[in-house]
Amino acid sequence: MSRQPSPIAHTAREHDKGFGCVGARVLRLLCASLLCASVVLPPVLSAQQSDIRVTKVRDHFFMLTGAGGNVAALVFPQGITLVDSGRLEMSDKLLATLRTLSPLPIRYIINTSADPDHTGGNEKLGATGGQITGGNVAGQVADAGEGAEIIAHESVLDRMTAPSVKPPLPIRMTPGTTYHVEHLKLSTVYHGDGIELFSAPAAHTDGDTIVYFRKNDVLVAGDLFSTTSYPVIDVERGGGVNGEIDALNHILDIAFPDFRLEGGTLIVPGHGRLCDSADVAYYRDMVTIIRDRVQDQIKKGMTLDQVKASKPTKEYDGLYAGNGSAYTADMFVEAVYKSLSKNKAASPVRAPALAPKAAPAGKK
Amino acid sequence: MEPAGGDHRWRPHGSPTGSRPEQERMHKLIQCAVVGSALALVLGVRPAAAQVDFSGEWAPRFHEDQPERVPGPELGDYLGIPISEAARLRADNWEASIQTLPEWQCRPHSADYIWRGPSQLTIRKEEDPLTREIIAFHAEWLRSIDNTIYLDDRPHPSEDALHSWGGFATGKWEGDMLTVTVTHLKEGYVRRNGLPRSDRATVTEHWMRHGDFLTVVTIVNDPVYLTEPFIRSTDYELDLHQHVPPYPCEMVTEIERPRGTIPHHLPGTNTQVQEFSERYEIPFEATRGGAETSYPDYRKKLKQMPLPARTRPRIEAQ
Repeated sequence: MSRQPSPIAHTAREHDKGFGCVGARVLRLLCASLLCASVVLPPVLSAQQSDIRVTKVRDHFFMLTGAGGNVAALVFPQGITLVDSGRLEMSDKLLATLRTLSPLPIRYIINTSADPDHTGGNEKLGATGGQITGGNVAGQVADAGEGAEIIAHESVLDRMTAPSVKPPLPIRMTPGTTYHVEHLKLSTVYHGDGIELFSAPAAHTDGDTIVYFRKNDVLVAGDLFSTTSYPVIDVERGGGVNGEIDALNHILDIAFPDFRLEGGTLIVPGHGRLCDSADVAYYRDMVTIIRDRVQDQIKKGMTLDQVKASKPTKEYDGLYAGNGSAYTADMFVEAVYKSLSKNKAASPVRAPALAPKAAPAGKK
Repeated sequence: MEPAGGDHRWRPHGSPTGSRPEQERMHKLIQCAVVGSALALVLGVRPAAAQVDFSGEWAPRFHEDQPERVPGPELGDYLGIPISEAARLRADNWEASIQTLPEWQCRPHSADYIWRGPSQLTIRKEEDPLTREIIAFHAEWLRSIDNTIYLDDRPHPSEDALHSWGGFATGKWEGDMLTVTVTHLKEGYVRRNGLPRSDRATVTEHWMRHGDFLTVVTIVNDPVYLTEPFIRSTDYELDLHQHVPPYPCEMVTEIERPRGTIPHHLPGTNTQVQEFSERYEIPFEATRGGAETSYPDYRKKLKQMPLPARTRPRIEAQ
């Protein structure tokens, strides 16, 4: 029987030429450079010095960690497609790191939500690139060739351009292309892969998008999934625990494991390490179990304080609380309680616009 | 025991104040050593020579913990395991039916648990085709994944890398013993009754071969679900008639249930966790496990505890 080995359990010889952390390669390159008495350091090294870590997901697909929310980068012959853009203040470092991966222009930035740690670099990164569409007609179509195309769910645009946002965000920080349906396909040639956008209504917020790269078989989950904290369910911005669980189950519907429930579709979480479907299944189980507990307590008439005091997340806190995240177990319990108490998953997808909320401090 | 191939360390035969020819010879030797060391650095560090060949077909021996290793442990039996309060809570709320979910039907035992599983083991060695040095062992059990142990001094991946059931394992020789360090594990379990082991855990293994017998000691450190290292030793015997067959696993609908249903017990509602105590007439407090219950002195305390009332048929210990 022939099968693909696990991405991190290759044969020793396969591992040398295949999957591996860029950091290890950097170390080897550094050693080789020093031994050869070369003063020219490999370009990837600068990425390591900038607090942003690069993990190779596929041959031309990378996960960048340390700029806020995780950033996914697909390098293709015509440029770079990004999913999310990190925090504003990390834009320069993120751009420098991207330049070590490819000198090509950034063509597209897909935002998984309106959170500042996922959209902060939109303007700066986008300004360095340009959409393919505008290439030969920039003189006729004003602004068409200036800057990368920013794509997101319509609710993201609503949130970012709401009158309540003071001062208003620069227009180039906001999505120029939006969708409002359940599912949208982006063409292979222009985006580097057949990209599917799946709306996840009323989950983390009301504007979450699951981004699936079909050919690369990589799914970017945004803040629907994290390995370092409970899911941030922003009830005020249309989020809800039932929508969150639906979204996690949707991710599991899309993802295929390779062998014995590991490998296969690789999943980039909003925060934390690279994952596959089994990691999402553990997370889905945890969220569902806690939802069921809080639901049962609500049925028994318990108040929010009583529910919090019962510590319904206790056996999971060692995994998802206290990892430097400001989003505590109590905050998660409160969000679950409030979203269930509203007797509906959350507000409608196209709810009146509210100002984007600053991401919790721990979401770095 | 002398390492395979003997000790090739250079030893001077003469005193530092020996004759001139001897000094010149030593000088040349030192020059050769310096040049050789530099070449070794430039060409890369070679893997340490393998001391013992672990490759072969190994049959498990069930003289220890047979009830756990073949039929599976009793619900609520946490005896002798240094679990944390969080682990105890998760196991108490665990419902075995969760394993019927499609996402879990084909889950293999993780690298730390599989040694104590019920399956036969095959260990293959991977050699560099040119130098014939062993650069990795591959341990695979029935229904497991390929657990690769790299022997070529490669670093472990970054904290951002994917985790797997086998984790990322590297081996170092300590005389005839192979010491393996495993990181990047997916979440697993220390027992098949819901006691979890987190994905933050690391494992140290010591592989020892005595003729046709293989003994492996596993030491699990888990900052979330263990309060002390959890140490077990397991024995295998070489079996020339064994062959581990493939085990393709297909997911099926075992139980029809509404989409999104996750089997579990609400806190405080699982009465099954008391069955083990009642059947074996072991004080319930002792069955709750924890580091204290893993030490011999605990037997004294055990004798002071009241026995549970027998409400279920007694099952004689096997």
